[in-house]
Amino acid sequence: MAVFTIWLVATITFFLMFLVPGGPFLAEKSPSPATLEALNRKYGLDQPVIVQYKNYMLNLLKGDFGESIKQRGRTVGKIISTGFKVSARVGGIAILVSVLIGVPLGSIAALNRGKWLDNLIMVGATFGIAVPGFVLSTVLMIIFSVWLNWLPTYGLSSWRHYIMPVMALSFYPTAYISRLMRTSMLDVLGQDYMRTAKAKGLSQFRTLFKHALRNAILPVVTYLGPLIAYTLTGSIIIEKIFTVPGLGNEFISSITGRDYTMIMGTTIFLATLVIIMNLLVDIAYKIIDPRIKLN
Amino acid sequence: MKDVNKKQKPFSLHLDVSDFLPADKEEKQSLVIMRESVSFWRDGARRFKKNKVAMTSLIIIILILIFAFILPSFYPYSYEQQVRESENLAPLQYSEAELKRMEAGEKVFPHFLGTDKLGRDITARLMMGSRISLLVGLVASVLVLIIGSLYGSIAGYFGGKVDLVMMRIVDIIYTIPDILIIILLMVTLKYPLQDLANTVPGFGWINDIGIGLISIFIVFSLLYWVGMARIVRGQILSLKEQEYVTAARALGASHRRIIGKHLLVNCIGPLIVTTTLQIPSAIFTESFLSFIGIGVQAPMPSLGSMAADAIGGIYSYPHRLFAPAIMISLIILSFNLLGDGLRDAFDPKLKN
Repeated sequence: MAVFTIWLVATITFFLMFLVPGGPFLAEKSPSPATLEALNRKYGLDQPVIVQYKNYMLNLLKGDFGESIKQRGRTVGKIISTGFKVSARVGGIAILVSVLIGVPLGSIAALNRGKWLDNLIMVGATFGIAVPGFVLSTVLMIIFSVWLNWLPTYGLSSWRHYIMPVMALSFYPTAYISRLMRTSMLDVLGQDYMRTAKAKGLSQFRTLFKHALRNAILPVVTYLGPLIAYTLTGSIIIEKIFTVPGLGNEFISSITGRDYTMIMGTTIFLATLVIIMNLLVDIAYKIIDPRIKLN
Repeated sequence: MKDVNKKQKPFSLHLDVSDFLPADKEEKQSLVIMRESVSFWRDGARRFKKNKVAMTSLIIIILILIFAFILPSFYPYSYEQQVRESENLAPLQYSEAELKRMEAGEKVFPHFLGTDKLGRDITARLMMGSRISLLVGLVASVLVLIIGSLYGSIAGYFGGKVDLVMMRIVDIIYTIPDILIIILLMVTLKYPLQDLANTVPGFGWINDIGIGLISIFIVFSLLYWVGMARIVRGQILSLKEQEYVTAARALGASHRRIIGKHLLVNCIGPLIVTTTLQIPSAIFTESFLSFIGIGVQAPMPSLGSMAADAIGGIYSYPHRLFAPAIMISLIILSFNLLGDGLRDAFDPKLKN
């Protein structure tokens, strides 16, 4: 299933590129017919579409995305791998932050149901869901860089550079996870086994961590799949704002520069990554929760 | 009515004779339903009106709608009008040329939010940008509603192999990271649409609406209906087992009639709620696309592109960023809260 989806994405991407008339080289200063022909031959664009498709797919199987059209001499694979290392670091930290903050916040809200703390957290979470990432990051930039002058606005050379991108990227998932956690925690706290645990004299700590949290965290685990997808695609815009030299930034510049092999490479790469991550999360979920059988 | 006899033991099997007396007129009266029956809509509306948060968000949405659709007709500046010598004004500031005109006794309408670097009034652009965002949200949600509910109801109603194949397709589309495909489509759809608008007669309207907007609609109708389809299918699966469907079938109603007249009408609650919650997500995507420069095309403003334009002058003119940023957050927030309120009012089952 996952393999089929990846193939489908690759195929859609490939044929969408052919919808664009004129070919990739017309985007540049109009080359002479001879150079155009030479360029087309070099990238194999003179062959019929089906042959090109076959070649591209075969190369793709070998993990070869071809050469970037705009950044001459660099292969798409290389650009992706350098960009992805940066993106993965920022995204990984953001995921970690959102889980580590969202889960406790949601649990605290559930344990203080109806009190001011619960209301405060839920109001915050509602706002967190409503504010788009790019709005938040620009506002953060104004506050921390323009007004307070605490944090640098672009680049990624020290730990202080990470603060704003990570904050911007983890805001929405933190809000979402805390809402998710609150509902599932409330659900678990009302279960009979919680009363049993308390009745047999387990400490508050043990009931909470051993019984409540382990069950309540399951929806959060399911959310990890979409969360990874969100951080990967969300980073596209946040990397642009904070000029982080990651994959998202490469993706945007490839789109504005009409660098077709790059667009295709990044799309297929990111889509594959998201699909595989979803699959892994599915499997992990089934390991954590023995009630769900594999297939 | 039964008078409790103290002597009667609680577990005695003795029957109380008074239970079997014919009811008198007064008793019969109490069985007549005094209150008229409450319809689905009125019941939901009653619950909705009690919800303060939802009512507030509804009022805010109405205000924003007025701001975006009615106010621009009365506003002296248009979104593309470039006022000469009034570039880069701060909020409520007048340019020298305008001050001179005011001295001469002319009335000059203030620029509430100042002007941008081309001398365009930011308030007017904010109105137009909100209009675009709202239009995208509403139209896209209606498209999603139509496609998703038709697809989902057909899959759910026919079941079996049809259902299996159709829902597999949904699963596949669901796992595709949508933002990527959307960006890709936005880039690639531009040229074919341009060709279509310029060469084929009868498609000139594409240019009137704008290629960016059309692509957004196409993209939404291609990718965003899957959530709706899943929800509708789930509803239909349980509804189609109901007796009235069997009755309709026995009376010879066609599949089309059963789906349209009986099944879809009965899942109107979830349909409304899901459509309302679709609006903010569509608005969000549109602003995202416009922000990275592939959404609505200039000179048409969009909240996303206004924010993107403002980033360049973030040090000198932060208010230009705040205006669209606050607007878009407000729109998304109030539609989200409205959707939650509608769900609580019309579809209590969906509440987790």
